[in-house]
Amino acid sequence: MSGTLISRRAALLGLGGAVSLGRASLALAAAATEKRLVVVLLRGALDGLAAVAPYGDPDLAAQRGALAPVGPGQPDGLLDLGGFYGLHPALAGLHGLYQANEALLVHAIAGATRSRSHFEAQDNLEDGGPEHLAGARLTSGWLNRVVGALAGRHAAGNEMAMAVGTALPLLLRGPASVGTWLPATAQHPAPSLYAQIAAMHRADALTGPAVAEGLRDRGFSDAVLAGTEPAKNRYAFAALANSAGKLLADAKGPRIAALEIGGWDTHAAQAPRLAGALRALDGGLLGLKDGLGAAWGQTVVLVLTEFGRTVAINGTGGTDHGTATVAFALGGAVSGGKVRATWPGLAREKLLENRDLAPTADLRSLTKAVLAGHMGLSPAALAQVFPASAEVAAMAGVLRG
Amino acid sequence: MDIRARHAVIRFGFGAKGAQAAPDDPRGWLAAQLAGPDPALARPGASVAEGLRALRQDQAAKTGKLEAARAVLAADAATAIDVLLTTDAPFRERLVWFWANHFTISLRRAQVIGVAHAYVREAIRPHVTGRFSDMLLAVMQHPAMLMYLDNAQSVGPDSPAGRRTRRGLNENLARECLELHTVTPQSGYTQQDVTAFANVLTGWSIRYVEEPVGYMFRPNTHQPGGQMVLGQACGVGESGGVALLGWLARHPATLRHLATKLVRHFVADVPAEADVARITQVLRDTDGDLKAAALAVVDLPGAWVPLTKLRTPMEYMVAVLRALDLPADKRPDLRGAMGGMGQPYMSAPLPNGWGDTAADWAAPEALLRRIDWAYGVTGKVGGAVDAAVVAEQTLGGLLPAAAADSIRRAGDRRTALTLLLTAPEFQRR
Repeated sequence: MSGTLISRRAALLGLGGAVSLGRASLALAAAATEKRLVVVLLRGALDGLAAVAPYGDPDLAAQRGALAPVGPGQPDGLLDLGGFYGLHPALAGLHGLYQANEALLVHAIAGATRSRSHFEAQDNLEDGGPEHLAGARLTSGWLNRVVGALAGRHAAGNEMAMAVGTALPLLLRGPASVGTWLPATAQHPAPSLYAQIAAMHRADALTGPAVAEGLRDRGFSDAVLAGTEPAKNRYAFAALANSAGKLLADAKGPRIAALEIGGWDTHAAQAPRLAGALRALDGGLLGLKDGLGAAWGQTVVLVLTEFGRTVAINGTGGTDHGTATVAFALGGAVSGGKVRATWPGLAREKLLENRDLAPTADLRSLTKAVLAGHMGLSPAALAQVFPASAEVAAMAGVLRG
Repeated sequence: MDIRARHAVIRFGFGAKGAQAAPDDPRGWLAAQLAGPDPALARPGASVAEGLRALRQDQAAKTGKLEAARAVLAADAATAIDVLLTTDAPFRERLVWFWANHFTISLRRAQVIGVAHAYVREAIRPHVTGRFSDMLLAVMQHPAMLMYLDNAQSVGPDSPAGRRTRRGLNENLARECLELHTVTPQSGYTQQDVTAFANVLTGWSIRYVEEPVGYMFRPNTHQPGGQMVLGQACGVGESGGVALLGWLARHPATLRHLATKLVRHFVADVPAEADVARITQVLRDTDGDLKAAALAVVDLPGAWVPLTKLRTPMEYMVAVLRALDLPADKRPDLRGAMGGMGQPYMSAPLPNGWGDTAADWAAPEALLRRIDWAYGVTGKVGGAVDAAVVAEQTLGGLLPAAAADSIRRAGDRRTALTLLLTAPEFQRR
């Protein structure tokens, strides 16, 4: 998979587009600005406590049991972030960005809703509605409303849609013109989804052996399906992100992109599965930066997930649906090199409903800071992007300068 | 909801359409679909004459591109697929495709592409609830079949045209009619019977150029003299052939063949002897009434054992798209995708049509293609569809608790819907 998947012509025309590879997908929108904004959705709920582990919290090890991280400086240990937090060792690329002051990690953050339903929480993460509208989703996504606000201000015009097939994420759906585009190549589920499907068929005397053999014929070993060995298409997300970066870098290319990658719903065997997913994400973030080239300096990448996971390990070596988690703001325009959190603590009595990391920051606050300071949205436009959010102020200190 | 009702929709139809409720009285619902004319006949569609004119126009253009015929095909295929995805008489539609497969023609034969849907409209649909003998005659006199199995050019060696030219007999249609459409080799026919039957069918041809275009009997290519086919004396002329077909349609071996195929299609890959005997009996007692036979299949106890049959790729894709009940402009391209699934639209490789057992469709890569196709479909709609609702509407209690649980616990809507649509139970009917 390479950048040639995305039509050069679409890029040059500044048309929006969406492409999809396995569980990773990409959508693009044109806007009359030199600033770049990329939103990476992690569907399935990233375990923020594993990605950015608060190893300095005295309650972490006991709660996490077998999932407790290895401290910095040891083999396969955390990558230190200044003495209290450490990055998962699979996030070496992100650690490099952090050290270059291009990665701001915001912890104990959550969206507007307290739903532990993936679907309700993802809808809310994408539609940008307030808590009381969660579940009754808005008809457009907040990033689409950003595109609309930018188009209105710049009277950009020529926002031709390219409806060729695949659906946009709710995040980018709405009245502002954002086309869709699908590569001619077939889409394939990620190995983890193939594995789930094969498991459903296992007991079936007819389809079970056939599905298993079909997967073997296609080069998926049992280890690949179990997530303990990389699949050949492991770097699909990196390639896609790299393509997105190149498109965004083009003088006449789109300015806004949404990418998504799954694999985060680690109810079981979290250690190997999450490591694989994080490596894919890490490769993608580096691929994106490479693709952007000099435009990285004008870029903010927001990495968001619908909620976090339980503080305690569950009975199957995994974690269940939780509340607060971590979010990343990356790019040359970001004031990085820090973990930002009002840390709530992991002692039992500090947890939300005795199980979840308690939220002390709002995802909309982080996003508003980027939209106002980086994309130049007015307070009135921000109120449209995130309705009924007057009490959520833009986070300070997110952007450089 | 009653498992029996849900099963009826899956077994005899193409699965539930969107939120449409399963029938309160499954048997009554099935029987009602077979009363009156086929509702799909009210849809627009090219007649065989229009298809033949398109073919003639293409041949005159000498581009070899068959543009006019392809346009007819595209329009008619779109209608046919819309019928599949929206019909409220899915049992009837299943029977239409069953009989169209029994009397296979294939788009692989480029000549027939402009008349393929006219064939189904004119030779199959009107007779799905009528007599088998009428369907057989309509098929054997339809230009699509006469072209597909080469009878249009078959010339009796001793006919005026045969004596004047070097043209002669083509036994293709005669052989396939005996082997596949009627008595089967079990009847013990010989090459002599095939040749004799081919002689009978000489002159069954097509008028391409002059109006009215369509089927025509050409006496000057018809082999003179009577023939003997399977010990049955057959008179000369078109009427001799019509009478012989009537006899073949009622032959015990034909009735048994049809019964076996019906039971295999609707009940089990390996039909039980008692079931075959029962349907054979009904066909004999009703003079080949296909509606009576279809309802007798419904009344077989074995027909109510759920999920014993693997859906063909087409049945599977139709079931998925009916379950999602998408507006016409949002539906994925079914016709285009069928090729990748191993069952290109109306393009069976051979005159025996598509296979009707699990072994024909359960190859490893074939099942993975289903998974990949379903995944592509869910990528288009997955974010907007609640898989738990679709699971309830389609399989309900037929979905095992473990599968329902993994759908509920899936990390995102697309994954949830993919799990439902790729579940073993969704592959079956």
